[in-house]
Amino acid sequence: MKKRVVITGMGVVAPNAVGLDDFEDALRKGTSGIRFEEELQRLKFSCQIAGKPQISEEKIAEYFTPLQLRGLNSSGIIYGVIAGTDAWKDAKLKIEENEAPDWNSGIVFGTGILGVDKFREGIYLIDAGKTRRLGSTTVMQTMASGISAYLGGKLGCGNQVTTNSSACTTGTEALLMGFERIIAGKAKRMLVGSCSDHGPYVWGPFDAMRILPAKYNENPSEASRPMSASAAGFVPGSGAGALVLEDYESAKARGAKIYAEVLGGVVNSGGQRGGGSMTAANSEAVVKCIEEAVHFSGISADEIDAINGHLTATTRDGLEIENWKKALKREDFPYINSLKGMTGHCLAASGSIECVASVLQMDKNFIFGNVNCEDLNPEISDLISEEKVPRETLKKPVKILAKSSFGFGDVNAVVIFKKVME
Amino acid sequence: MKEKDILDAIKKIVTPYTQRKEGLENFSKETDFIKDLEVNSANLVDVILDVEDKFDIEIDNDSMEGMLTVGDAKNIIERKLASA
Repeated sequence: MKKRVVITGMGVVAPNAVGLDDFEDALRKGTSGIRFEEELQRLKFSCQIAGKPQISEEKIAEYFTPLQLRGLNSSGIIYGVIAGTDAWKDAKLKIEENEAPDWNSGIVFGTGILGVDKFREGIYLIDAGKTRRLGSTTVMQTMASGISAYLGGKLGCGNQVTTNSSACTTGTEALLMGFERIIAGKAKRMLVGSCSDHGPYVWGPFDAMRILPAKYNENPSEASRPMSASAAGFVPGSGAGALVLEDYESAKARGAKIYAEVLGGVVNSGGQRGGGSMTAANSEAVVKCIEEAVHFSGISADEIDAINGHLTATTRDGLEIENWKKALKREDFPYINSLKGMTGHCLAASGSIECVASVLQMDKNFIFGNVNCEDLNPEISDLISEEKVPRETLKKPVKILAKSSFGFGDVNAVVIFKKVME
Repeated sequence: MKEKDILDAIKKIVTPYTQRKEGLENFSKETDFIKDLEVNSANLVDVILDVEDKFDIEIDNDSMEGMLTVGDAKNIIERKLASA
């Protein structure tokens, strides 16, 4: 019999909330996590606002040993370890100091670039001829797989422990990698997710590309405007999201809470052909990715109740809607929303944070409202009915939800979640 | 600097890196960083950096290799302080 994969735990460190309860509350209320960053002003950024999770030193100290805290300067690791550990605990899985690892549990935890602040520290020391002063942890704080390594050691996972990277698709891709490993019978449980560092060295290159909004430095919460006619570019963010995927039988056997089932999904690339480029998606590939995700999930496109889009608040939001419409071929379009109006674009962390947001909606029967979208882009209202872009949070059951993420390099990921009826 | 002060300083420095806390109870010149305190070998370089900062000395790679016990560390510190 074909294996089924379910979600039994989640954790989130987002710019607008940390932890599932606060995050749900923020989603329902449309709370913004975008703030003015003095550092970006001092550094003469055009866009001086960003999404950065608010975490106290005390909170961080709950997740790291005093030794790990010494010289810890990798925000992605901090966000990822908090989200990953929370997801593990939320799934009611134990963290034990046992001798043998848990051979059935693995990790796929992605990132785009890790430990940039630590790397900067290292660069200054090396350039000053003080390489020997780097200390022992610069390697693990700056290697991309540092995040899966920190989590792997903390949780004692003995299955595959790895880090994936595919720009802003990373988080959703990590989920599908974990899903496939369980389907293949190679693991019973996979902690999947992604994290993204904060700060000027991560956000600066995007500012240089002039794709961030420059006119909202005085009113940060209005800056990120997915699907709006006045969308002016994406607001850079950071954070982490994590989900525990589990073999259905194993989850049932231990009486775990089941948030939703992962029916399937697809990752592909437009090959930077046919309108696709390093920075733009080939629409044909996006349509194909959606169609195949629906097909492999064994559902019909008509069954999708809601979509959580990639929708970054650039001029290309309309095109994403058009691609969904082409792929689904439906009379009535599903509800669609974007988290980025509240959090900004959390880059490599966006996919996993948005998967958590998607699954929370299914678990708690609501569809969060799109913020900063009072002026829906006419390109979009020409394609779909305005009511399908809720501006206020709706109380509604969501049985099947489709989630998309797209990234630089012309890479795409679409996953289909289903509510499990007991 | 008195021997006892140096040993106390080493104990304070090595405490956060110590995985076997019982090893700290009978802390002496004979205490072995790896065997008795179970300091992760990768962390030995961090212990050295902390010692350098505390005593304002520099411990080269050759001296570090001979630093297996607390007594070895004390001897190296005393030698560096004398030549400073």
